[in-house]
Order: sequence, then structure tokens, then C-alpha cells
Amino acid sequence: VAEPGLVVNGRTRELGEVGGHVTLLEWLRASGLTGAKEGCAEGECGACAVLVAREDVHGDGCQDDRRHGNGRGDDRGDGLGSGRGSDRGDGLGNGHGDGQNRTRWVAINACLVPAAAFDQQEVVTAEGLGRPGRLHPVQREMAARGGSQCGYCTPGFICSMAAEYYRPGRRSAASGPSGSSTGDDERGPNGFDLHALSGNLCRCTGYRPIRDAAYALGQPDADDPLLARLAEPAPAAAATVTGSTQGRYVRPASLADALGLLAAEPDARLVAGSTDWGVELNIRHARAALTIGIERIEELREFSVSADRIDIGAALSLSEIEARMVSGSGRVPLLEELFPQFASRLIRNGATLGGNLGTASPIGDAPPVLLALDASLVLASSQGEREVRLDGYFTGYRQSVKRPDELIKTIRIPQPVAPVTAFHKIAKRRFDDISSVAVAYALRLEGGMGGAGQADETGEPRVAAIRIGLGGVAATPLRARAAEDTLTGRPWTREVVEAAAAELARAGTPMSDHRASEAYRIAMLRNSLLKFFAQHQFAQHQSAEHQSAEHQSAEHQSAEHQEARP
Amino acid sequence: MSKAHGPLADRPERAAVGLAVSHESADEHVTGAALYTQDLAGRTLGTLHAWPVQAPHAHARVTGLRTDAAYQVPGVVRVLTADDVPGLNDAGEKHDEPLFPGEVMYYGHAICWVLGETLEAARQGTEAVEASYEPLPALITVHDAIRAGSYQGHQRTVSRGDAAAALERAAYRFSGELEIGGQEHFYLETQAALALVDESGQIFVQSSTQHPSETQDIVAHVLGLPAHQVTVQCLRMGGGFGGKEFQPHGLAAVAALGATLTGRPVSLRLNRTQDITMTGKRHPFFATWEAGFDEDKRLCALRATLTSNGGWSLDLSEPVLARALCHIDNAYWIGDIEVTGRVAKTNRASNTAFRGFGGPQGMIVVEDILGRCAPALGVEPHELRHRNFYAPGQATPYGQPVRHAERLEAIWSLLAERSEFGRRQTEVAAFNATHPDVKRGLAMTPVKFGISFNLTAFNQAGALVQVYKDGSVLINHGGTEMGQGLHTKMIQVAATALGVPMSLVRLAPTRTDKVPNTSATAASSGSDLNGGAIKDACDQIRARLATVAADHLGVHPDDVRFGGGVVTGIGFGSGSGGRRIAWADLVRDAYFQRVQLWAAGFYRTAGLHWDAVRMQGEPFKYFAYGAAAAEVEVDGFTGAYRLRRADIVHDVGDSLSPLIDLGQIEGGFVQGVGWLTLEELLWDETDGPHRGRLNTQAASTYKIPSFSEMPPVFNVHLFERATESGVVYGSKAVGEPPLMEAFSVREALRQAVGAFGPPGWSVGLACPSTPEAVYWAVQAARDAPRAGRPVPAYAGV
Repeated sequence: VAEPGLVVNGRTRELGEVGGHVTLLEWLRASGLTGAKEGCAEGECGACAVLVAREDVHGDGCQDDRRHGNGRGDDRGDGLGSGRGSDRGDGLGNGHGDGQNRTRWVAINACLVPAAAFDQQEVVTAEGLGRPGRLHPVQREMAARGGSQCGYCTPGFICSMAAEYYRPGRRSAASGPSGSSTGDDERGPNGFDLHALSGNLCRCTGYRPIRDAAYALGQPDADDPLLARLAEPAPAAAATVTGSTQGRYVRPASLADALGLLAAEPDARLVAGSTDWGVELNIRHARAALTIGIERIEELREFSVSADRIDIGAALSLSEIEARMVSGSGRVPLLEELFPQFASRLIRNGATLGGNLGTASPIGDAPPVLLALDASLVLASSQGEREVRLDGYFTGYRQSVKRPDELIKTIRIPQPVAPVTAFHKIAKRRFDDISSVAVAYALRLEGGMGGAGQADETGEPRVAAIRIGLGGVAATPLRARAAEDTLTGRPWTREVVEAAAAELARAGTPMSDHRASEAYRIAMLRNSLLKFFAQHQFAQHQSAEHQSAEHQSAEHQSAEHQEARP
Repeated sequence: MSKAHGPLADRPERAAVGLAVSHESADEHVTGAALYTQDLAGRTLGTLHAWPVQAPHAHARVTGLRTDAAYQVPGVVRVLTADDVPGLNDAGEKHDEPLFPGEVMYYGHAICWVLGETLEAARQGTEAVEASYEPLPALITVHDAIRAGSYQGHQRTVSRGDAAAALERAAYRFSGELEIGGQEHFYLETQAALALVDESGQIFVQSSTQHPSETQDIVAHVLGLPAHQVTVQCLRMGGGFGGKEFQPHGLAAVAALGATLTGRPVSLRLNRTQDITMTGKRHPFFATWEAGFDEDKRLCALRATLTSNGGWSLDLSEPVLARALCHIDNAYWIGDIEVTGRVAKTNRASNTAFRGFGGPQGMIVVEDILGRCAPALGVEPHELRHRNFYAPGQATPYGQPVRHAERLEAIWSLLAERSEFGRRQTEVAAFNATHPDVKRGLAMTPVKFGISFNLTAFNQAGALVQVYKDGSVLINHGGTEMGQGLHTKMIQVAATALGVPMSLVRLAPTRTDKVPNTSATAASSGSDLNGGAIKDACDQIRARLATVAADHLGVHPDDVRFGGGVVTGIGFGSGSGGRRIAWADLVRDAYFQRVQLWAAGFYRTAGLHWDAVRMQGEPFKYFAYGAAAAEVEVDGFTGAYRLRRADIVHDVGDSLSPLIDLGQIEGGFVQGVGWLTLEELLWDETDGPHRGRLNTQAASTYKIPSFSEMPPVFNVHLFERATESGVVYGSKAVGEPPLMEAFSVREALRQAVGAFGPPGWSVGLACPSTPEAVYWAVQAARDAPRAGRPVPAYAGV
């Protein structure tokens, strides 16, 4: 068995006896690579960002044409938003029609991940991209345009920006399908998605020069070694066992091994994306005797779409789910609305649904959405598997029905998903903040313009079914059952919605804390439903106008939807 | 090309100053090659690491401290306590800030430090330290302090005329209160120091400090050493913003004490939570005011009291207060005025300098007054502001003539034009008329900011310029680099003054043994002061070289010209052949003629005087001017908002370095937006066991601006033909003033909120104006009576 080691900036280094308590950032810095910095030690600032080689689940030719934004009408799932941007329909997430495993450079927070998890992996830091006198194109643009002032956050920005620079789906102005080079507020004419930098904080520049540097990037040269690397398979996961006085880290080779280990040591810390583990380690100084890395176990990384359900492996990162959904047939507009609002790209490259649910935190953003989608979980242990509905999963503050010897294997979403959905996140900051209140809606109307079947322009639509998931207003995520009951079977009208909003305002037990006051949380619950209603009315109105415009103009191209405004 | 001794503001042709160059360390920044203090620790053999024992009380007596158990923890080398201090147990200069306190004065106060072979060992060592406390009553808010009469330092008043009588006479009279939130610096690099002791007992401290000389002073007095035995170096800082003007000293002293006691290098770096809980922030202020307007709706009378929350010790609270009092006028003539300021003493970390240094807290008071009173006066807010601008010939309340007051007018009209203010006002009104649940707001605000340290003595600087035999140039100066681009500008100044390409000039890190007795790099003055000193040194060297060159060129020394690395005589252009000498050749000749090729430069700002007791005089060399227009959109359902566009016109004199200045303006603006809208410090104000604990002590709970706060349309224009006489190459300071251009965003929010209410509704807006604060303001506007409302005399906010 080879000594645990990894390739950093093209050079193989031994990991050493790192145990389970050493982060990749600490390890890199102790190795003399001090470009990556500790700014916050909890994955909020991105000063520690580095690139890692991961399997590309997306596909070279696929244009990631999905629009980001809060509550945009075209993500609503009203029949207009689905099916766009897809050029492959296998839905299995294997990524490439040719069946070949390719690589993607992914930026992650090195402060959050155990160094031992990178056994046999490949890491690139800012030092590895270029050096003074021989800058990488990303570094050149940042340096020339005033993208650095104090320079402390800069290596992290460079890595996040480089990941987007190499993203296969990044559309160049010249090769864009529509030929458009205008971009928008959050996407450059070179296809650069500004959300790629949403996990990096800069205190000096005010960001404008960083944006301009990002939007000025061209395409990688054909002989760029990091580009060439993408055509080769990503490094396989290594079964790793390493330990020191600082605890043990084990990466089991299979699910069976992981479950056996967990059965033997139920106090072990399961780690997938590590986005919570790192915070526990760095901020709360948690020191687990045994840390088990499960994010590369194949059984936890499956993604399948069938007529009646979508199964999402609990250890797929949110970015991977996002990519598979967008490139496949299993699109869930509500999840697509969630992703850009869920922390940052750096976090989504690690964070998993299994982790978000495993902690049973009341303020995670995924649970309200999954509650609205009526998801269930497949829990696995060495005793076997069982399926539990998510609305019966949470039992108390950071507690669930999951036993210590169980792990979450699969998140299961029934199909078809409700056609009208929305996710409302209340937070101080639009990018990368924790919600004070999160509300997710999944609504099915019947009889009206937005309902199933033929539009009935004379009658009011009625609420056939609605699920409302809430976060941040109780010790657990929960469903707003009283509000749901008030709406179900009733006409989808302002009066009914206002009555339901009054019920929604009584949901949960909101508290005052540093994110929001109790009164504001209650007001936001109430207003959320009113806004959802107003957005839906607006989208219907737009849709009607759209259709009549299409009748009038044969040259009409797909309409840019305005942000929904009542 | 200019004469050897031209006036300071004269700029030669083809000068290096004025070129839009990148930061001198940009290539090192982007490749991760740039080193910061903590990066040195891993490169230093045998370094010990320090971790603090932080007290879990806001106010308590330390009744016992037992460290024996800590020494049982593997890897623990030493515990540092008050008993170890050979000199003065004081982290400051006012004897009110014990480095190892016997009385805990704020939640998280460090009472002792553990040194370990690893950071983990040191941390585990602190867990083994047994401390006992006798809790004492704690004052947390400024209101707690006012009720208890708890103040520190001197109360000061700026006054002119008779404010009381003028208020009586005023045609319109209003009063109000304003709570102004603090701000965490959140420099990306937290506080850090690395101390070594050499064979002769000399202490060398690498510190992330804006004020190496004061760090040196405090390390020396803690260790009981003369200053010449302590050297402080600052390679660069990962951001400072005022947070490393005073706060690094005690931490450097702890590291130095540890190095002295163990003989080993000691690294001390605060992690983010320690940094936020232990170091000071922008002072929160509480203001009460009465304002009077005359028939023409001019602000004719103002009476106000500003109370800052200074925290547990004075630190820089008094000069911060002085600057607040000197800036409450902002850009406006106020004939009769009386403004009193005082510093509350509370059980919080000691508040300190932060970009603007009290100026923003003073200026926001008058901007709030104008923003609130405009609807009641029936005047558009931008018109009310414009109407009250200083006119040429008028003086500030503290007696300083407002030189270049006409620039306010010029900048304002240029901004209105460039931001298309009139057209967009119409568009905003049309948008608002058709959107009941979403409103937009558009506002313009001005900035006038005094440049120089209020304390006259600090307005001096030194530099060391050395020309080597090969013609290469090494410069040192007293200023520190924290990202603001000072070193870049100083290289440009030296290259200009010596007439050599920038590539010939290298800048060495700031060290107290190269240039002594320096002032803090603060008050936006870094370029003015150090640039003056560097130019002085270069001028001395150039004068000596001119004598040497005059012989070669056959001209009088006064007629020798330096430029582009070539030295010529007047009338013999560089292309004329023969009558020219290359810089490197001239330098070599000068060496063989035994001419001194290095010089110490010095600069003192002329013409300043300040009576800090009467609060009268001319403390500022000049004023920096600017104005901004901002447009926002507010969601009435949630109070969430977006900054849609910002336009700035700013006066930097003749820019030394336009790309650097642009960065300072944009970055300052966004940082100001953070202070005014997003960044919220919340303490536990309950009587529970964690009273006084900061609840927003991490990046996950304290949110600084991210990409989502950057205005997607962001236009910055440097005001042209703005030569500032008497300042190095005609430039102006730029570090602080742009922060206050962010007032435009808060005023735009006020406009948008007002659009939810009836005409004439005066919007009270909490500060910071978070989405929740905006939401409640929207609710108040929506609940406001629709008609027949009289002009209100304001109650409290």
C-alpha cells in the first residue's frame, strides 16, 4: 500500500500522519504553500480556496444556460421553464455520451476539509497556477485591473475564478447559441457566472475590478496544461486509513465497509462535504476520535430519474446535483431556484443534501424545499435500509429519527413535482448568507390558467394541493400545515390567500436572534405567501402576454422574463 | 522636467506620478507569493504559538488564576501572566489598558496567554488554566452608560454664534435622535505578530500594524526596554482600515514578552472570533439634535449632543470624537451651531479608529437631518442639500476657511449630469407609480472631509532614500502598506523626483530602525506625508547629482534636468547627442567623487494649528470633496433591497496613481455601504449569563458586503483640473473620504421607503438600514395617515 499522498501543483507530496483533525489548509500552509489564507475558518470568506480535480458530471458540450436569480418567473415551473438548456436526456448523470470519465477543476474551501480526504487526489493552489513574471491568464487580468489591494483574499479569488475559467460549459461570446454577448448583471459576455465568486469576500476593492477581470477572461489556450488535464479521468477515490494522536481518518472502500465501521463505532463523525465538520473543528474545537469520509462511496452518489421519482445520492455535492439536473431530464425548478441561494459556489462544491439533512439544523435551506417536494429519505445501516418521509424525520433541535448507526443514503423526490413552486429566503445579504426565514412552496392548481389540463379562463383556479416547507422559525424545519389546510380545496384568490397568510404567520415558534427579530420573522412568514401569490399572478399575466405576443410575431424569440413583480 | 527645487505641487513632464499602474505587489498577490506576518511563522524554526484565556464575563474581578494544570498539557511551554511583565503592564499609552488585567472589562477579555509548541497545544493549555471570577455589574449600551453617568476622557464642544437664540428665531424647527451603529473592520488578515529575540537581547517584532513606531513604544514599555532595543517591521497588512492603528500593540507586546521569556520565536495570530471579540471597532454613536431652518429653508441653527460608545478604555476615542465634532457640518454652512461630544465608558472591547475616524459618524447626523426634514419642508432632498452648501469665503464652525468651496458646486452639477439625475428621477417616479409593492429611490449626497491629523504633531514624516553605485534606488518611508497602494504611489513619487524609471526603484518594508518616530498610516495622510518626505530626500540627492552633472554637461547646476533615466542640460534635449549623461553613469561618477548618494527626508505639514480644548483653529491642510448618486430598489414584502447604480465624482487633486485612487474610491464606497446597510453588531444586552457577549462574532453572523452589494452599474469620475497646491505633486488624500459617499445609498433607501407612504412623509430609518430595518420603515410609511398631516415636530426615532 502506497503511503498516503497527493499531487499538489503537479508535484507528489506525502500526506504524513495527519490524522483526522488537520484541515487541508493547515496541511498546505505547513508544507510551505502559504498562498491560501485563513480568513474566517468557517467557509464564509474563501481566502483559503484551492482547486481540486473532480469527476466532471456535466459534459463538455452542455451549455449551462440556466438563469440565476431570486424568484425569476422562468424558474417557476409553470411550464415555460422546463426542458431548456438540455442537450442530453440520459438523466443518469454519467455526464458524457461517450461514457468517458473526464475531469473538472472545482474550487473548495481548504479550511473546511480534512487533509486526509485528499489522499491520491490532485490539488492546485494560486502558487501552482502561475508565478510573478509568468502569470496565469486569471492572475494577469486580476493584477492588471486592480483586482487586488491588500492581496490577502486574492489567491482564493484566483482559484474560484480559475475554476470558472476552465468550466466546460462556460459560453464564450463568440460561440454562444444565441450569439448574444450582452450578459447580464451576474453573467459576463464571456459566459462567466459571477456566482462562481459568491463565496469569496474582499474588504478592499468593492468588487467591481474583480468582476471586470472575470468578465475579461478569454478561453484557455489549447496547450494550457490545466485544460489538457480535463480530458483525462479524475483521480479515483482511495481507500484511506490514517491516524495519529490527533484522531483517525478512514475512507471506506464501500458502503458495506462504512456501515460496518459505523456499527462498530457509532460515535464516529461521518463526513461528506465537510462544510459543517470544518466549522465544528475550527470554531467549536470538536475532535472526533474517528472521522469517516463517505463522499466518494458510489452507492451514495447515484442519481436516477424515473416516471414516479427522482433519487439523489446523499453524498452528491449540490453542484453535482445541479449539473445533473440541468443536463438531464430530472429537472426540479424548485431545487434550481434553491441552489444559487444556498450558501456559495465554494460551499455547494462540497455540501451534500445528506449532510444538510444529517445535521438536522433548523436553518438549513434544503429542508424547507425538500419538505415542499414531499421528499423521503432512504436510511441505511448494517441492519438494512428503511425509507422515512422527511416530514416525519425531524424530532427536535438538531435531532432526527436517524439512529447513530444509520446514514442517509438517498433523497427521494416523488414525480411529477408540483407545477408552481417558489423558494423565499429572507437574509441580510443576497449572496451567501444564512436565512432568518426560509419558505418553500409547491402548489398544484386545477381549473384555472395555471392549473393542470386546459385553461379555464372563466373560473377561478382552485388549490388542488399545496405543501409549504419552513426553515428558521422553529427548532426543526417544518411544514405549515394550518396554512396548507386553509388553502387546499379553496379558490386561489387574494381573500383565501390572506386568510392562509394569517395562518402562516402563526406557524412555528419564531425567536429573536442576531439574524432577525421575532416580529420580523412572523411578518416574513405572512408576507411570503402574499408575495408568492403576487408573483404567481404576475407570471400568469406575463405568460398570457407572452402567448399573445407569440401569436403576433413569428420572429419572436424566447422572452427574457423580468423579475417577477406584482 | 522641472528644476531641482520646484514647489511641492509642480509635476514634471513625463512623470511617473499620474500613470495608471497596478499595485506594486499585484503579481505577488495574485500568485500567493506575497507574504503576511503569519506566513512568516511557518518559515521560522522553533516558533511557539500563543492562545488567549478569554474571560466569560463582561465585567468581573479575577479572584484566582492557577496555571499549574496548563503545564501538564503536552506541548505547553509557558503561560504568560501579569507577574511576568518586567516593565509597564499597559497595552496603551494612557495607563488605562492593562495588558494582563486583574479586572475583566469586557466579555472575552484576555487575562493570560498560553504558549505551545503547536497552536493546538496552546489552545488545550488554555482549557487547563483555572480562573475564578467575581462578576460585577456591566454597562453594555451607550444608554446604560448615560444612565449611569459613565464617561471617560474630556467632553468637548464646537460652537459658533448662539445656537439657542437661532433655534428660537428659526422659521421651522425640528428635533430628533439617531442611533448610529458601529462597524467591525473585518480586514481579511486578522491581527498577527511574530517576535524574536537576538543574542544581544534586541527584540525584533514583525507586526501587522499601521503604526510601527507606536507598536515599538508599547513593546518597549511592556518589556521595560529603551526604544532602541526594539525594532518593528511590517511587510504588509491584509487590510487595516484603522483597526491596526492602535490594536496591534498589546498583541505584539505579548509575543515579545513570550520571546523574551522563552528565547524562542513567538507567533501570535488572532483567529476570526478572537479578533472580532477582542479588538475595537468603529464607535457607535448616539446623537440628539435640534435643527432650525430659516424662511428660505436654509439650515440656520443646530444644537446637538454626540455620545460615542468608547468601550472599556480610551484608546483613540478622544480624537475620534474630535473629528466627529469637526465634521457634523459636512458640506453645509450652519451659522449658529453648538455641538457637544462625550465618550461613554462601557464594558465592551475598546472602540478605535476606522476609516473616517469619527468623521462619518458626525456627517451622518446632518445628512439624516436633511433627509428627514426635506419632506416636511416640501423641498426635494437633493435641492435642500444643494441650497445649504458652503459658499466661498465661509468658514467651518471651528474657524477654518472652507478653501475651494466652489468645488462642491462644480462636483454637484457634474455628478447630476454624469448620473443623468433628472431623467432618472422621472423614471423612478414613473416606476413607483405603477409598482405598489416595489419602490425605487434615487439620492445625491456630498462629502467634504478635512485632511490632516487633528493633532498637529502627528503631521510629520520621514523617509530614507538610498541610491546604490549601480544606479538602483531603494526607498524606505514611515508609512505602511495595507492594500491602499501607498507603496505604489511612493515608488512613483521617487521615480518622478529622481527622473528615473519606476523599475529602478525598489521599496523595502517599513521598519522602525530605518525611519524612526513615524506617525500612524492613518487619517488618509500616508501619501501626503510620506510622499513629501521621500521627495525631500530625492531632492537632496538630485541637487548633489546636479552639481556633478553640471560639470559634465557644461551648464549651471540649476539648469540640469532629470528625466527618463537620463540627465541633460537645459537646451540640450535628450535626443541631441553628446550633451547628456545616463543616470547610472552619473551615479557612478558621483560615487567616485565621494558625493553622498543617500539622504534622509523629512516633511511637516505647514500652516496647521489646533486648540484641542477650545476646538478652534485650522487643523486641516485642505478638504477633500466628492459627491455620489445612488439608486436602490426596495421590496415592500420583505424590506430587501438592491443597489442598482452608483455614480461618484471625487476630488483627488491631481491623482498620483489613478488606478489606485479608483480602487480607494470604489472600495471605500462599498465599505461605507456595508456600514450603513448590512453590517450589524449585536451584543447580548440581557441580564443572562452571557450579558455583554458579542452575538455577531464570526463571518457567518457578521456580514460584510459581497458581490451582491456591488452596484452593477458603478461609474467613478475623478474631478479634473484639481491641483492641490502645497501637496506632493498636486495630489490629494483619498483613503477615507469616499466611504462617506455611501450616504447616498442610505438616502436613496429613505426615498424609496418614502414612496410607500403619503406625500411629505418623513422617513425615519435605523442605521444600519438592514432589510429588517427598511421593512419596518416601509410599514410605518404604509401606516401613515394619508392626508391633512401637519408639518411635524419630530419625536424620537
